[in-house]
Amino acid sequence: MPRKIAGRLAAAWITLVVIAVVVFVGVELMPGDACTAHLGRDAARAEMLTACRDRMGLDRPPVERFALWAADLAHGDLGVSMKRERPILGIVGPRARNTLILAGAAALAGVPLAILLGFLCGLRREGPFDIVTSTVALVAMTMPEFVVASLLILIFAIWLGWSTGVVTAAYDAPALTLLLATPLPAITLALVYIAHILRMVRSSVIDTVGADFVLMARMKGVPERRIVLRHILPNAILPSISLIGLTLAWLLSGVVIVESVFNYPGIGRLAVNAVADRDLPLIQAIALLFGLFYVLTTLVSDLVAMALNPRLRSLRG
Amino acid sequence: MRLLSVAGLTLARAAGPVGRPVVVDAGVVLGPAQTLGIAGESGCGKSTLLLALMGIVKPGLRVAAGQVWLDGTDILSAPAEDQRRLRGPVVALVPQSAALSLTPTMRIGAQLAEALAVHGRLAPAARPARVQDLLARVRLPDPARIGHRYPHELSGGQMQRVAIAMALACKPRLLLLDEPTSGLDASTQSGILDLLDTLRRETGMAMVCVSHDIGVLARLTARIAVMYAGRIVEDRPVGAFLRHPAHPYARALLASVPRIAALVLPLSIPGRPPAPGSVEQGCAFVPRCVRSGADCVTVPAFRDVASGGRVACHAPDEGPLILPAARTGATGAVRGDGVLIVRDLMVRYGKAGPLARLVGRPAPPAVVDGVSFTLAKGEILGRVGESGSGKSTILRAVAGLWPRSAGVVTLAGSGELAAQTVQRDRRALQRVQVVFQNPDASLNPRQSVREILAQPLRLYFNATPAEVERQGRDLLADVRLDPSYLDGRPGQLSGGERQRVALARAFAARPDVILCDEVTSALDVSVQASVLSLIRALCRTRGTACLFVAHDLAVVAALCDRVAVLHMGRIAEEGPATLICTAPRHAYTRSLIEIAQRNAAFGEDPEPLPS
Amino acid sequence: MTASSTLRAVLKQPSGVVGVALVVAHVTMALVAPMIVPHNPTLQSAGAILQAPSWTHPFGTDRLGRDLLSRALLGGREAMLIATLSTVAAMLWGAMLGLFVALQGGRTDAYVMRIVDAMVSIPWVLMVMIFVAALGVGARALIPVLGFSYGLSVVYIARAAALDFVARDFVLAAQARGERRVTILWREILPNVRDTLAVQGAMQWSWILLGISSLSFLGLGVAPPAPDWGLMIADGRGIMQAAPWTVLWPMAMLSSLIVGVNLAADAIAKALGVDRTFGVAAP
Repeated sequence: MPRKIAGRLAAAWITLVVIAVVVFVGVELMPGDACTAHLGRDAARAEMLTACRDRMGLDRPPVERFALWAADLAHGDLGVSMKRERPILGIVGPRARNTLILAGAAALAGVPLAILLGFLCGLRREGPFDIVTSTVALVAMTMPEFVVASLLILIFAIWLGWSTGVVTAAYDAPALTLLLATPLPAITLALVYIAHILRMVRSSVIDTVGADFVLMARMKGVPERRIVLRHILPNAILPSISLIGLTLAWLLSGVVIVESVFNYPGIGRLAVNAVADRDLPLIQAIALLFGLFYVLTTLVSDLVAMALNPRLRSLRG
Repeated sequence: MRLLSVAGLTLARAAGPVGRPVVVDAGVVLGPAQTLGIAGESGCGKSTLLLALMGIVKPGLRVAAGQVWLDGTDILSAPAEDQRRLRGPVVALVPQSAALSLTPTMRIGAQLAEALAVHGRLAPAARPARVQDLLARVRLPDPARIGHRYPHELSGGQMQRVAIAMALACKPRLLLLDEPTSGLDASTQSGILDLLDTLRRETGMAMVCVSHDIGVLARLTARIAVMYAGRIVEDRPVGAFLRHPAHPYARALLASVPRIAALVLPLSIPGRPPAPGSVEQGCAFVPRCVRSGADCVTVPAFRDVASGGRVACHAPDEGPLILPAARTGATGAVRGDGVLIVRDLMVRYGKAGPLARLVGRPAPPAVVDGVSFTLAKGEILGRVGESGSGKSTILRAVAGLWPRSAGVVTLAGSGELAAQTVQRDRRALQRVQVVFQNPDASLNPRQSVREILAQPLRLYFNATPAEVERQGRDLLADVRLDPSYLDGRPGQLSGGERQRVALARAFAARPDVILCDEVTSALDVSVQASVLSLIRALCRTRGTACLFVAHDLAVVAALCDRVAVLHMGRIAEEGPATLICTAPRHAYTRSLIEIAQRNAAFGEDPEPLPS
Repeated sequence: MTASSTLRAVLKQPSGVVGVALVVAHVTMALVAPMIVPHNPTLQSAGAILQAPSWTHPFGTDRLGRDLLSRALLGGREAMLIATLSTVAAMLWGAMLGLFVALQGGRTDAYVMRIVDAMVSIPWVLMVMIFVAALGVGARALIPVLGFSYGLSVVYIARAAALDFVARDFVLAAQARGERRVTILWREILPNVRDTLAVQGAMQWSWILLGISSLSFLGLGVAPPAPDWGLMIADGRGIMQAAPWTVLWPMAMLSSLIVGVNLAADAIAKALGVDRTFGVAAP
């Protein structure tokens, strides 16, 4: 078992390294470089361009620059933002915290709800509860985040006046303030992946209900309630855990749009600004950070699955 | 009072077009401590009937008529709570696949304790001791600790024993067994059958056992019922049945079982069972029956048989069972020059990389450990062994589908064969063809038979569509299929027909060597016989050499000229089939012969073999 | 199953009927709209700003005085065109890579999937934004980027579907015969995964459409003054309270199309017996 955990950690680490390479190569492949992007029209003036490139060390060969960048990363130095001329770590740090608060709120509230609903739908398959819930889920899944966001603002901020709609807190506000600002954006974020997870769990439950071992339990004379709790529930949920983690990681990239719509001070909104500013070092760092989020989420869900699922635990399984 | 009484039970499809019911007019009577075996081939409805005996109607089916009385209760129409109370204490089931029937997330001890708990047996404190006692009774190793394991940590045989223990937990009066030995090795099978027999005698349970293997039923039960197309067609005491089966189908069925004593190809039954969607018109066996007559347009009623029991047939055959005469001499094959020569073949699973070797980790065990043999032109060479003996691996390594660690494979006229198919040239590939085991998986479900046969024709001979059409028909004729099958898809064919198409595909390449990997293991016994005779006919007429791999010694001995017995990756013994079976030298060969003998102990005075 | 029998099976389900109806309605509208719009969609009219729905302007007008009915009818055209081309690109390259990697197996599979994993971890929105920042707004940049990003999840689905068949004996038999890899992919595996990929293609189309609308919303997709649902919603967002009709119509159009496609895809999946992948990449 420890070997398996080590293996999984190693895989995560490798993925992270590959992400770094991919991000770097991606930025390299684009026309121009950090300086031409930053200077814009001024880039036509040769002496400004050369000065900028000297400053940023852009005249060195790519492999060397990658090595330097990676070395800096290892020390926690994310580079310097071109537009704001400050260390990126300081810019990204608090905003990453904010996004974590938002994503965390969305996940903690949404995932258990999704699992519960999916489970109930699967058990009462094609029943009224299932049909209604599945249809609502389907509709929720297909609405773009900005539509949901706008609708929520319309309903809750404008018509009902319960919330301010757009977030007014600053990026360095205390955590609690930001947490209180999260309900609408968190609901928007959660709606889509709740629907996905719900359908996934429902499908898994339907498969499990038809399994031979469930029939066997019935043939032993086990009462229905016990069958559901001890035979169906673990076998339906456990195999889905890794997939749930993957869904979460994948859909959390929706923060970019959600934060833009609600003006929430997280790294999603920062990313939009960075692109508008053509601040390549900052963009690079943010892309890497998203990759890190993704890897960590999938890693945690895989480890949780390994801990809970006896098949994955034993050496043979 | 009768323990079990079934009358006029008919189970039909719940929805869709009204076709043949799955079980028709079944009647069974069983008293305490009595045993009944239900025999039949796939699709005859025996498993469905078995489940109905404990009140379970498979999803998609409904009770069209009849009742099942279990211990005085009409179990099919009883309320759910009453049904639940009977399952466990009165009737229990040992399912076909223990691996699929044990909950993966619960430890086996917990699953056993659950069987006790739900029926309120024993105080909670006393249960662990009883669980351990049950595990010991089914002869599982280390009963004190094995209960902590999860199902996937046990072997197939061990899981089957756990399933038996679970069934016994509440001391049922009737035990139902669904193919108790399917998927198990021959030696494991013996162990399970011995265990079941002992348990039955110790507990006095009644038993109903379903199996396609008559040998298993003969071992366990005192009475046998044979099912065909949903009906029970014969219901006889076991001894009388094995000597004088009365129903033409039962007689043909017994004649199609390969007998180690005879070493001759068993007889096959022409045609195939009625399709599920067809409508019943008189006796279902008529299209395939040698004794059918004018009376057979009506469904036959039961009539008594002189030696005991009853049979549902208008013209039962009361004479002794006629079996194909034993082989006396050689098979008549002319042994030519060696066409496939294998020297010192070694295959290991997994690889020890250079780093591991440095650290001193031992190389992974060899699955095939230095095997050498020569396959002569026109010869059928058999390879028999249990799972893990390496027999299939040898075949795959020779075919180039599995990397070999050492050894040389030479094809006369093409030189040495490379280890992987991608490295071999087309001519070498054309001369060696493979036929696989599973009829469901060896043909592409999306291709027509014409397409399937066209592949090798196009690949090796650049055949034009016209040539494909012509040769396709010829090939189908060779495997005794109607040319109209060219348009069919695998999904429309039966298992036996699919294997014939697979054979046709292999022979389409006009190979010098055919490698058959357990090609009949997934087929019903009566169908197997026809495929075996087909292989022999094709090989003889075309002079193709054949390497035939199987786990059943009787099958291999019946078909092959020479036989090699594999044990733990090595050839334990090799020689002409007759010699191996009459004068075995290796202990393992002897045990295989014993098992084969027991599985086919029927007919008048089977020739005793020297031990 | 043939196309007509599949269609019949789809129409037997209520969700199928609704879905197909919605899709057909939208596609027809997109094709026919330029001929039937009552007003010029880009014509600004200072005197007709933010009018509530009336007889002359059944959907009302936006803040530049443009007729919303015309804009709503035309709002899907460019997005649907871009989505179609992107979907074709995504399915082509995603399926090719996924099937190839499934057949190859071994180290190739491991390495390629690691790289795909890494690329998937970067939100597509970010990737698109970066590309747009570098190459400028417009279909020329969008189609390849969207095709590439969405193709990544197709790789997973195609690979998973193919893996199911790669282990089967008939593929082994083809390898034993010595068939070339391309032949095996084309003749043996593709016909068996065709149905799964078809359903996936329909769903990808709907997501790409969603994505384009999101990009338009952010100002990175369809360029103004062309009518586009995402743009319209972005335009009307600030004045939602005063003039809700500026956002509600485009929302309804967009949602009905997406829901329609998904319902239809669901029904097709059931009709073909396809194991409905949950719509998320599953490595």
